[in-house]
Amino acid sequence: MSIIALLISISLTIALIFLGVFLWSMKSGQYDDTYTPSVRMLFDNDVKRPTEKETAVKAELKK
Amino acid sequence: MTRTDVVAETTCFHCGATCEEIHWNNDKPFCCKGCETVYEILDSNNLCEYYDLNAAPGTKTLAITDTSYAYLDEPEITAKLLTFNSPSFASADFFVPSVHCVSCIWLLENLTKLHPGVVDSKVNFVKKTVHVDFNPAKISLGTVAGLLASVGYAPRITLEQEKKEKPRTDRSLILKLAIAGFAFGNVMLFSFPEYLGIDQADHTLTRIFSWLNVALSVPVLFYSGIDYLRAAVRSFQQKQINIDVPIAAGLLALFFRSTYDIATATGPGYLDSFTGLVFFLLIGRWFQSKTYESLAFDRDFTSYFPLAVNRLDQEGDWKPVVIYHLKKGDTIRIRNLELIPADSILLDASAYIDYSFVTGEAKPVKAKSGDKVFAGGRLIGTAVSLAVEKSTSQSQLTSLWNSDAFKKVNESKYKKIIDRAARNFTWVIMAVAAVTAVYWYMTEPASMWLVITSVLMVACPCALALAAPFTLGSVLRELGKRQLYLKNADVVERMGTINAVVFDKTGTVTHGQDPEVDLVGELDEHELAKVKLLTGFSTHPLSKFVHEYIRKSATGSVDDFRELPGKGIQAHLQGKVYKIGSAAFTGFHEKLDQSASYVFVSIDDEVKGYFMIRTMIRRNISDMIQRLGNKCKALLSGDHETEKQPMTHIFGSHTTLRFNQSPHDKLAYIHELQTSGNTVMMVGDGLNDAGALKQADVGIAVTDDTGVFTPACDGILHGSEITKLDKMLELTRASSTILKSGFAISFFYNAIALSFAVSGHLTPLVAAILMPISSISVVSFSTLAVKWVANQKFNDIN
Repeated sequence: MSIIALLISISLTIALIFLGVFLWSMKSGQYDDTYTPSVRMLFDNDVKRPTEKETAVKAELKK
Repeated sequence: MTRTDVVAETTCFHCGATCEEIHWNNDKPFCCKGCETVYEILDSNNLCEYYDLNAAPGTKTLAITDTSYAYLDEPEITAKLLTFNSPSFASADFFVPSVHCVSCIWLLENLTKLHPGVVDSKVNFVKKTVHVDFNPAKISLGTVAGLLASVGYAPRITLEQEKKEKPRTDRSLILKLAIAGFAFGNVMLFSFPEYLGIDQADHTLTRIFSWLNVALSVPVLFYSGIDYLRAAVRSFQQKQINIDVPIAAGLLALFFRSTYDIATATGPGYLDSFTGLVFFLLIGRWFQSKTYESLAFDRDFTSYFPLAVNRLDQEGDWKPVVIYHLKKGDTIRIRNLELIPADSILLDASAYIDYSFVTGEAKPVKAKSGDKVFAGGRLIGTAVSLAVEKSTSQSQLTSLWNSDAFKKVNESKYKKIIDRAARNFTWVIMAVAAVTAVYWYMTEPASMWLVITSVLMVACPCALALAAPFTLGSVLRELGKRQLYLKNADVVERMGTINAVVFDKTGTVTHGQDPEVDLVGELDEHELAKVKLLTGFSTHPLSKFVHEYIRKSATGSVDDFRELPGKGIQAHLQGKVYKIGSAAFTGFHEKLDQSASYVFVSIDDEVKGYFMIRTMIRRNISDMIQRLGNKCKALLSGDHETEKQPMTHIFGSHTTLRFNQSPHDKLAYIHELQTSGNTVMMVGDGLNDAGALKQADVGIAVTDDTGVFTPACDGILHGSEITKLDKMLELTRASSTILKSGFAISFFYNAIALSFAVSGHLTPLVAAILMPISSISVVSFSTLAVKWVANQKFNDIN
């Protein structure tokens, strides 16, 4: 039955680690704004460059 | 570019508003120059993805463009606004009320592409703030603010920010909740073997589990539950018994009895019930503490005033200065739509000043050279110079904040329902405990202490303590869905007891900004277009309304344009003489209804017609007033009596109508109502209501845009929802019935548990089953009942 004692200690340790991680994430402000990050991750990193054709059309229009 | 094929309704590519006159750019329609300019900026920086994320994501840029942020570059002001400052790196937080969609976030987080000096920008959507990191060597703070404004996101910088040190969000409740939840889960796990009847041979294992439970419970009592213990001690010191006393007694009984059982190896203890109890109690608190982060309920005049103003210094230059530093005798310059920061004397010939927000007067007031103008007024028209008379904090308006109503620190006169219930409850429990103690002392003295602790344990009013937060928290959410945002759950209870409602007029019953304009007379299309053209040149407030009312596009050459102060405007257009202005000026002599303002139009000295301009009353408001019935006690207006007629029509004869009320008068009236035994709700909007809102038992500020300034209040109501105010009051009243039913349910469970306890049969297993069942049934009853009642109430009028 000593195996149970070992398992219990492992499970408790893991649970404590999770608690610690949660407390850390709380304190570092990760729950302060729950909306913006959900949108931010969907943005492309690079802003779209206009294709050559588009630039040409634009130049045409300006004339 | 010429295009004539105007579609029936063209909407602006930038802001989505209907276009009156269309500005075409790159084949895209824009409603105004402002929107077009923003598009041009974005287009030239390859940021047009802005328009792909959301259709028409922009906000109409109203006259913001002429606001300059140069004053932010004064070292003194810059230092106050920056959150971090070094020669090559600085950060600042801006409050941007116009943030509203995904596109906004995208654009604001790509600021660095607009200007290389911006290092990084992060949006907090909930708080509507942008955190900008920038390189002060490349870009100044004022330019950053100007950059935001140039793309339609003008930051709002007010005097309030000067005070710095915002209160940090309190995270301790969540921390306590997390610890309690963690302990609850694990303790439950370790308690299972006991309940399921583990092999008795493994006694050491159950002992280990029990001691682990004790270890896990210690932080729950001394960290998570400490608030309850403290509150109980405090209530003893104040000699008042509230709900925290039986809770604290129950917590202590549970913890020490369990520890005793475990130490003496007489039983497994009730630690799962104990940790669960604290966990549920904290969930209740968390549910109740719903807050609206982007709204501020405690604003005073400082958040209404701008941070700085242009002052003439000794060398004869206009230099921005923080308005706190204004002294008597300073000369300052105010531009169109800017606020007057301190009581002053007008130096220029004339000016129109809109005091509607400060005094409730709907029409702008005309001031002549040498007249006194008051802090809080908004200048309409061309820029003027002023000589400061009094500093901001001593101005007429701000003296309101020295009133007693602002000094009392939220001490609630109202005794909460829960505390009244708890007091009776506690006495009953004490009596039961005493009787059982006597009984067991006589029959079986050995188990007397065990029974007493059992009684205290089950008497712990967990369900009772949950009924209130869940009922009130649900009401808070239901009202929030209908755009009444309350400061906290206590307001819900107070709202339920309201029996007198007092309204403000300007901005509350009527629209503050958009008046109702009617055209009387025979002006044809061309003539209307000319009138629009001419009124566009005038800065008189009435001209502005007429100009906006006429939906024609107008061009043409104007000769001999003259604006005659106090009379009107006059010009030659295609050989005809146009006169637009007062009755006398245009030669109109009939008598008209005095409650409205008029603008007359004459062409070649023949009066063609006139525009009647009345403040517009909000739609359907009279139905709401009727449903309120006798509860609607008064209308307090800072405006003149000219509006009395239409107001009597809406409010009926039982309502007191008072006009020409100063902010102090309003406050005094509310106080008078309160001393004659009424519980008063004040509904108002402007700074002139600030005192009354504070004095009233519940002060509700009405606003059409939650981004703009609202005075200190208990709740913020969206203007369009004011027609539901009576239903909202009914809901809060119903909530106290729901609350009492919730109490009844929890008493029922307490009675069952008590019968187990007094007879000495309260095993840990019984406690572990009863406690969550009672809590869950009370919680689900409260939330569902509130939801159901809210749907019933609001379906009537939708």
